[in-house]
Amino acid sequence: MKYLKEHIPSASVVMGLLVFWQIVAMIIDAAYILPSPIGVLVRLWELREPLFLVHLPATAGVTSFGLLVSVVLGLGLACLMDWNPKIEKALYPVIIASQTIPTTAIAPLFILWFGYSIWSKVLVTILITFFPIAITVFDGFKSTKREMEELLITYGATKRDIFFKLKLPTALPNFFSAIKIAIPLSVIGAAIAEWLGAQAGLGYFSKRMMTQLDGAGVFAPIVLLSVVAMLAVWLVTKLEQKIITWRKEL
Amino acid sequence: MLQFEGVTFGYPTDELNMMENLSFSVNKGAFVAVIGPSGCGKSTLFRLINGLEVADAGTITIEGEDVAKKKNFSAFMPQKDLLFPWRTIGKNVALPMELTKAPKDLQEKRVAEVLEQVGLSGYVDKFPNELSGGMKQRAAFARTLLSGAEMLLLDEPFSALDYLTRVEMQEWLLQQYSHFHKTILFITHDVEEAIFLAKDIYIITDERPFAQMEKIPVPLSYPRKREDLKHPDIVELKESLIGKLRKQVVL
Repeated sequence: MKYLKEHIPSASVVMGLLVFWQIVAMIIDAAYILPSPIGVLVRLWELREPLFLVHLPATAGVTSFGLLVSVVLGLGLACLMDWNPKIEKALYPVIIASQTIPTTAIAPLFILWFGYSIWSKVLVTILITFFPIAITVFDGFKSTKREMEELLITYGATKRDIFFKLKLPTALPNFFSAIKIAIPLSVIGAAIAEWLGAQAGLGYFSKRMMTQLDGAGVFAPIVLLSVVAMLAVWLVTKLEQKIITWRKEL
Repeated sequence: MLQFEGVTFGYPTDELNMMENLSFSVNKGAFVAVIGPSGCGKSTLFRLINGLEVADAGTITIEGEDVAKKKNFSAFMPQKDLLFPWRTIGKNVALPMELTKAPKDLQEKRVAEVLEQVGLSGYVDKFPNELSGGMKQRAAFARTLLSGAEMLLLDEPFSALDYLTRVEMQEWLLQQYSHFHKTILFITHDVEEAIFLAKDIYIITDERPFAQMEKIPVPLSYPRKREDLKHPDIVELKESLIGKLRKQVVL
């Protein structure tokens, strides 16, 4: 009951927008320009087999793999930059610069290099998700309380002890935040890459539907992508709540 | 014995040194309170003793040996409990032993012992957010004890507590002192707290940089009761200390 009460405002806004969308779609009355929400849901059901059995697994594979590589790379880089300030000085500007590269501009290059294989799409996903993970976790390491660090030093702690016993737990909330930011970004990255060149995936499917002027067909995979991303963020949030019970204590 | 000999120190960002040519000593097993106005350098004394800062000149020795060469001789307890919120009380208290790689069974045994001594035996698996302010300070004190250090550096450990809890914690600390017989250096702003707890009070009255601390013995023996603070000699001492501090305070 409490859960329902908490979500009434957001549910009302979503419902309001859907009703508005439905009315506008009915007024325009041209499904190839603006399909109605009901029309999108119907199309989603009609296309359920290719969407759920072919294209969703393809996109999920790209996002999961890309995210995994980004987590490993991002965490590794954050640890390296924290461990050695010289590495921080050398790499931080490069990481920032990597974010100024427009993904849509570089993605075709990846397709040129790696073809329609999974690698071109994974690379785009990594490019777009790696930055928030590395920077957010690194900021988490930097937010370690100096007094706590000094206390450990007075107990004879080594740099390694300080990292594992203090910095890593301190940065754990940042890590979860980074993952929550990276999940939607990874979906966007995969969709962009699939739009530019792929043989399967929700982005690819959406583009194919566009060439057929199937407005509801364009929206259906987008809705599916959003729902999957929201579900993944919800799962991570639940995991975070279970693991980090002390967030407000820091 | 802790010995400061001609110690000079200043923070690189400050124009004036914190202390210059400072010499004083603290005997083993003593309970010394250090009082002085805010920013006069009391906490810096602790930072120099526990090696977080290095003196620009002079020597700091324990039993004749330079503090830079000694390990685990002092344990620091700051104003905030600084318990790690992701660790249980047991794990927090065990931290100093964990860092010295003490065997797990020994850690558990000592944690159980020390938590019983500080009246927290049922809280080993609780997290810090489940404890009151006074209990957290006692847990932090238990952690300080498990460092095994002979000298405890307590930097305003009770100042963040409410009045009644503070009074209880002061009485509790005196019990711990009579039980463990460790050397205690205690920084406080509270003159009454200093008198109630310490054998000797070191007062910083010099302007910055300070070059000496006046040593004032407290004419009370242990064990002490709160009523002892009403003794005319003690009331006079309290007034005299407040008078000395007031000269330093600029409003």
